[in-house]
Amino acid sequence: MNKVVITGFGVLSASGTDAVSLWNNLAAGRSGLKPLTRVQSDRLTTGVAGEIRDFDLASHFGKEIDLLDRFAQMAVLCARRALTDASLPLTFHGGAPYAPERVGVLTGTGMGGICTQDEGFRAIYGENANRVHPFLIPRSMYSAGTSQIGMAIGARGPSFTVSTACASATHALGEAWGLIRSGAADMVIAGGSDAPLTFGVIKAWEAMRVLAVAGADASQACRPFSLDRTGLVLAEGAAMFVLESEATARRRGARVLAELAGYGATADAGHITQPSVDGASEAMAIALRAAGLAPGEVDYINAHGTGTRLNDSTEIAAIRKAFGPAAEKLSISSTKSMHGHAMGASGAIELAVTVLALRHQVVPPTANYSKPDPECDLDVTPNQARPREIRAALSNSFAFGGLNAVLAVRREQ
Amino acid sequence: MPDELTQEVIAVIAREQRLPVESISPESSFEELKIDSLDGVNIVFALEEKYNLTIPDDVAREMKSVRQVIDALRKQLSAASPSPA
Repeated sequence: MNKVVITGFGVLSASGTDAVSLWNNLAAGRSGLKPLTRVQSDRLTTGVAGEIRDFDLASHFGKEIDLLDRFAQMAVLCARRALTDASLPLTFHGGAPYAPERVGVLTGTGMGGICTQDEGFRAIYGENANRVHPFLIPRSMYSAGTSQIGMAIGARGPSFTVSTACASATHALGEAWGLIRSGAADMVIAGGSDAPLTFGVIKAWEAMRVLAVAGADASQACRPFSLDRTGLVLAEGAAMFVLESEATARRRGARVLAELAGYGATADAGHITQPSVDGASEAMAIALRAAGLAPGEVDYINAHGTGTRLNDSTEIAAIRKAFGPAAEKLSISSTKSMHGHAMGASGAIELAVTVLALRHQVVPPTANYSKPDPECDLDVTPNQARPREIRAALSNSFAFGGLNAVLAVRREQ
Repeated sequence: MPDELTQEVIAVIAREQRLPVESISPESSFEELKIDSLDGVNIVFALEEKYNLTIPDDVAREMKSVRQVIDALRKQLSAASPSPA
């Protein structure tokens, strides 16, 4: 089995449109959540979102943007940045350092090209338009991110898209890990991308009554693990990683950021929205076993931590079950408190945060924490970042529908 | 000087393909302009929107040059608004 290493990544989120600003904001406990501006409507009660602002995404593209929904624009830009970060060429057409057929692309998305779909369907249903734009299908298909990255860089190896709601990117990264481990690919661009801030999607989330109530200060709306938490905050974003077989990465003299050491995936087979302790804890246990890590060797968990009542208490119980007494020594945090819940991209953004935590040996905090919840009684790193030794870390994603995915990363030795 | 319709079609193709207007003549083929089948569908959509008419699939599929687009459009336009008696 091949060892898998992370050699580069690109990230876009409400907490920062590059790795440096993301880390600086998170380490300072600064929230990127702000009053919703993307959609203007007095028919929405949602007052807050994690929007990518003050960033000209379109300027990074030429004519090809006609065929790119916002989620695919973010996917392609992050993939290009990941390649640059990994000191790799932006195209593999030339066959170096990897033959095109040895390079795969695996992206996760929860909602795909929903901006395009929302706009097109509004025109035909709402405005009785007679025709929709012929690019509606190629722009809005869930796999567009994978296809567009593949075309942009000339990757011809195993390529597909995973859609498992809020765990999409984590499953995509885990399956990419499997492709490299088994030898099906030497390098995979993997991650997630989602742009769900449309009128229709926000309205639908409002109907579920799980969105955070924005108080006087929108930046404090998301309060994971705090007794006064009121729900999740919708966000957009993306992150893409370069994963390589360690052997081929070393051969080309790559800088290794961390080892992607393990992956665990399970299903609750229980309830379509209520999470289970068993499904989540088993996913963590499998990831630990796959990575060859004992519970006591893990120092940090970037939690799924949505800020809903049920997720957070279930996740803490699941961590206790998977880690036993070692749970007491863990540092845990939910950085969704600051970048929000970017749906299928969350797992990728949070893996980026986890890798940055490992590189800096600093645990980013759970922001907006004000009241301890007896049902969330582990160290959730309230409000202040904490420098500590981080040998290995987990990134958790537990989706609606009970689909669980966990990644384990180990410090580069 | 090309007629108004010709100029308008060339302007639409230029806009959709991000090409300078001067690079397109009524005699240009789609191949010369590197307009593929998906680009062609997009150009037809843009013209349908502009003139608020429907170009049938069989007509659209035959369009391989700027001249064919102009001719087909002229035909649809005259069918849509019969000349005064």
